[in-house]
Amino acid sequence: MDTVVLSMENITKVYSNGFVANKNVNFSVNEGEIHALVGENGAGKSTLMKVLFGVEKPDEGHILLHGKEIHIDNPIVAIKSGIGMVHQHFMLVPSLTVAENMVLGMEPKKKGLFSMEQAVKITEEAATKFHFQVDATARIEDLSVGKKQKIEILKALVRGARILILDEPTAVLTPQETKELFVELKNLRDEGLTVIFISHKLNEVTELCDRITVMRAGRTIGVQEVRNVSESDISRKMIGRDVQLNIQKSRAKPGDIVLNVKNVTKYSRTSAKKALDGISLRVRRGEILGIAGVEGNGQTELSESITGMDKEFEGSIQIGGMDVKNHSIRQAREHGLAHISEDRITYGIVGDGSIEENIISDRYYKPDFQKGPLLDLRKIDKLADELIGRFDIKCDGRDQPIKMLSGGNMQKVVVAREFTSGSSLIVANQPTRGIDVGASEFIRNKLVELRDQGAGVLLISADLNEVMELSDSLIVMSDGKIAAYFEDAAAVSTDELGEYMLGIRTMTPDKIRRVADND
Amino acid sequence: MNNNILSAIFSAEFAYSVIRVTTPLLFCALAALVCNRGGVLNIAFEGCMLTAAFCGVVGSAYSQNLFVGLLAGLAGGIGIMMLMGYFNLILNANVVLTGIALNTFASGGTVFALYILCNDKGLSTSLQSLAFPNVNIPLIQDVPVLGKILSGHNVLTYVSVLCVFLVYLLIFKTPLGLRIRAVGENPSAASSVGINVTRTKFTTLFIGGLIASLGGVYMSMGYLTWFGRDMVAGRGFIGIAAQNLGNAAPMATFIAALFFGFANALSNVLQTQNIPSEAVQAIPYVATLIGLVAYSSSTRKKKTGIKQLKRRVPDGL
Ligand SMILES: Nc1ncnc2c1ncn2[C@@H]1O[C@H](COP(=O)(O)OP(=O)(O)OP(=O)(O)O)[C@@H](O)[C@H]1O
Ligand SMILES: [Mg+2]
Repeated sequence: MDTVVLSMENITKVYSNGFVANKNVNFSVNEGEIHALVGENGAGKSTLMKVLFGVEKPDEGHILLHGKEIHIDNPIVAIKSGIGMVHQHFMLVPSLTVAENMVLGMEPKKKGLFSMEQAVKITEEAATKFHFQVDATARIEDLSVGKKQKIEILKALVRGARILILDEPTAVLTPQETKELFVELKNLRDEGLTVIFISHKLNEVTELCDRITVMRAGRTIGVQEVRNVSESDISRKMIGRDVQLNIQKSRAKPGDIVLNVKNVTKYSRTSAKKALDGISLRVRRGEILGIAGVEGNGQTELSESITGMDKEFEGSIQIGGMDVKNHSIRQAREHGLAHISEDRITYGIVGDGSIEENIISDRYYKPDFQKGPLLDLRKIDKLADELIGRFDIKCDGRDQPIKMLSGGNMQKVVVAREFTSGSSLIVANQPTRGIDVGASEFIRNKLVELRDQGAGVLLISADLNEVMELSDSLIVMSDGKIAAYFEDAAAVSTDELGEYMLGIRTMTPDKIRRVADND
Repeated sequence: MNNNILSAIFSAEFAYSVIRVTTPLLFCALAALVCNRGGVLNIAFEGCMLTAAFCGVVGSAYSQNLFVGLLAGLAGGIGIMMLMGYFNLILNANVVLTGIALNTFASGGTVFALYILCNDKGLSTSLQSLAFPNVNIPLIQDVPVLGKILSGHNVLTYVSVLCVFLVYLLIFKTPLGLRIRAVGENPSAASSVGINVTRTKFTTLFIGGLIASLGGVYMSMGYLTWFGRDMVAGRGFIGIAAQNLGNAAPMATFIAALFFGFANALSNVLQTQNIPSEAVQAIPYVATLIGLVAYSSSTRKKKTGIKQLKRRVPDGL
């Protein structure tokens, strides 16, 4: 069983800006195994996989497939060699159907025209063969994230992939979807396929994978059998120090109300359903209120309403006594709002801007940073350098364009800006998604620190462990409503949460009402 | 006077003229539709049509062969679109600026060449150029009223209507169309399955150039029988507007083009009445503006929030 199907030897990849993303990397996978590839943000995992899939050309080294050297100059060669990749971001065309996406690039024809019938047939046959359930004629844009993920995997399989690369496939999945995915991946392994699995969630790695390769700063530092290592072993290897996987925090000392959401209802843009249905809650200074729930149950709409990005809702939302509806986002921010958006690329950063520009984007207009009509660049430089140091942002310097940073470091820039604006309310939506254990630990500890300094935190996260550990009290959202409220987050079990999340149980309105401001 | 106008509008001749003036708009709108679907929508159709109109006249005049004239016109117009592709897709130049440059180039270039060939900076009437014939449709031509409206049009007018169907077939029923749509919507998805994005975009521009050129050739070898300086007169933009109003769907685009054609024909009729001609000539353009405003406000369901703003940011070419 331990036959090596693929090995990458001595791979070195230098990006055009001189950054060495992979340095003499050796990496090999066996037939019929699920192989984990882990490492900090920016360790070079995606780069290595892009080299394997022919998206990036290595500067040195070679790739052996079944012992024979192959040159993968572009993805077409990779696909022909039986390598399939599911990218970190979906590569699907939203307006097309599942079947059309499935056969894109190898369209079946009938009398010169595209044959939809055959496309559907190909899709359904593949779905049956690999035990996937898909509706071939559904449009991609109507599907859930979990379904899209399956389509991506099936797309690779239809093209004859025997080696499947999955780059952080679970980052956007719900626990249930993740479970389903794992069953399917194990099926594939049992049929002799090889899966390369990249993830920051170490518990997933230990649950799913057979062997593990750890990368650090562009190098591989060892391969191990997963059953011989623990999660903390792995994180120590990744980061080079012990990571506190559990958050240490004292009891909350709640103060005044900083966020007061009263009876907020919002209609969904796409359907007649209510995205938010009579939500009332309050966040006090010095506490972290967590929101758990399967994604798509109103969390996004709630955070957009609170942060003033979407003002079409019924009911009222007040930040520090100020009504968000009739005020601009800048006014809300000046009134103490800080916001970590779940979509950091779109709302968190300006990709072409430098690190420094991103850091001052919320405060450049303040007298503090002005010298006459001009910006006080010396002061701004100083602030940027200080925050880069304080938040441990790995970069070439404050003038580097932010889009060149790895996901984790991008998020650290966002956090550096949002956590230093002197805010009294922090809305943190998926703050550690796609972020490595080291950086996640950092961000979580910062949240607790800010709480202790008297800020109120609203934490929305699909990561159950995260909300349970960080939150002082906890609500569960289901179907646009608050399904449960736990005054003491520490006293809840995962199973209990799960039942509320799935809507199997709901608390009585009296119990839920305790999370609202009832004067 | 009012009676004159009304009787002029509610006549078979007027309906006939609506179809006649719709033709170039329809060609351009279909070209813009294909380009929009393929993610290469640009504003060089004006220059593309003008060049095609000029090359068609010159080609037919020197060869005395209609077919050669057609080929020359197509080559000229497609050439402009290929330049668009070269600048934008290979050299990564800005799509709007490139479009403006190509339109200006076509406007000045055709006048320059006209002066060299005819010693005239305005018209090509000294060239013995050919034109496409009008054709009568058997059976339909004998139907009262309808025959007068639908029959006896230029060959290219019938081609333009056929193109509505052909474009539909191309975009929605062929493998190439599927690729064009995929590339237009998510280029990285297309390239991840081995589709050559740049090549597909060039193909799209080629097809768009071909269709728009037919509109250009019609202008100088059908609608009129000579080339005149800047004779396309904004039709390359109205076509884009029609495509937009039609939401890049062939049938709806056809109807939108007819609407603009109607405005155009109306302005032609009113010019014969004694109404200030400047005001009358503005009608097609005002109609375009009104059409676009009406369309945008109907699709903009609610107040603008940041969310919606994000979706409206154009992706560039
Ligand atoms: N096109 C590029 N040009 C220059 N540098 C790049 C480019 N792409 C990535 N990098 C740099 O290479 C390093 C490795 O990036 P890579 O995406 O491989 O990291 P990763 O291990 O996948 O991280 P993450 O866990 O955040 O996805 C990062 O520091 C990144 O900034
Ligand atoms: Mg990565």
